[in-house]
Amino acid sequence: MIEPWLPFFEWCEATTIGNAVRMSLWAFPVIEAVHLLGLCVLGGAVLLVDLRMLGLGLKQQRIAEVARDSRRYLVVGVLVMIATGVPLFLSEAIKCFYNQSFWVKMATLFVALLFTFFVRERAAHDDTLDTSTRSRLIGAASIAIWFTVAAAGRWIGFS
Amino acid sequence: MILTFLEWMQGTGWSIRLLESLYVWPLVESTHVLTIPLFVGTALMMDLRLMGLTFKSVPVSAFTGRMLPWTRAGGAILVVTGLLLFYSSPVPYYYNVFFRVKVVLLILAALNVWIFHSRIHNTVAEWDSDFVPPRAARISGIVSLISWALIVVTGRVIAYNWFDCDIQPQPDWVNWAAGCVIEGQQ
Repeated sequence: MIEPWLPFFEWCEATTIGNAVRMSLWAFPVIEAVHLLGLCVLGGAVLLVDLRMLGLGLKQQRIAEVARDSRRYLVVGVLVMIATGVPLFLSEAIKCFYNQSFWVKMATLFVALLFTFFVRERAAHDDTLDTSTRSRLIGAASIAIWFTVAAAGRWIGFS
Repeated sequence: MILTFLEWMQGTGWSIRLLESLYVWPLVESTHVLTIPLFVGTALMMDLRLMGLTFKSVPVSAFTGRMLPWTRAGGAILVVTGLLLFYSSPVPYYYNVFFRVKVVLLILAALNVWIFHSRIHNTVAEWDSDFVPPRAARISGIVSLISWALIVVTGRVIAYNWFDCDIQPQPDWVNWAAGCVIEGQQ
């Protein structure tokens, strides 16, 4: 099923950016470190809202309020992670192609982004949403999906 | 004396077993990394609140009361997993310049936490709902943000030690900072 994608991955690895990152002694680790900093921003923004949806953390505030203040950091975190993740991927695209964790990460990342911006954000926009079975399910699902993305991401390096 | 102790530690059975294990070491390391967004992420949001940048309608005490237990839980996991990773190969870490910088930064970050909670936070009732907290709190927030960010970065590059003592020649200051013992130069 993924075999037709191989030429694309080969092309990715041969891009100017891919070559530059691979050749450099410093580029990969430094970009990786910034990728981790993006994870901190994204993680903080996601967790504050998810915990609130579970009725934990900042539970004296309304869900909509916590989500509104977190949104900017959620977007910044996602953008930093994509901007750093792409060059990391380009530098070792063929390794990623044969790496199961990479595919798990991409699939769950796709789900996580859709879920966050279409399901969770939409629910959090509703000013009347309070801790409920619905909010708890959304918060728990969000933590579970994002955790899987991060865990699979870490495991790319170990497999 | 420290080195003798670390060499002894590195020779213990559990240290070797941990380092050589196929899955335990990567799992401990993954737990360490995956706890970073919990610890640094929640701390960062509190720092931003202390700097008066966001969550303006959330009282500071909501962060120090309701979010801090989560930050603390993350910190505890990081300390335990971090110590285990150190225990798995203490001597190379001892000679790793990034590890040394990280330890110094950790001490600074811990001092900042201590100053904030033992002094600055004592008067929180007076400025709990202020959009922009007093200067001392804002400084504490930015020191926290910068130091934890640098700790994440130095922690990540520990694994890529460009200044390993085995890679020579290196500038004198690098060898000094990493504590390298160069033959014929003692």
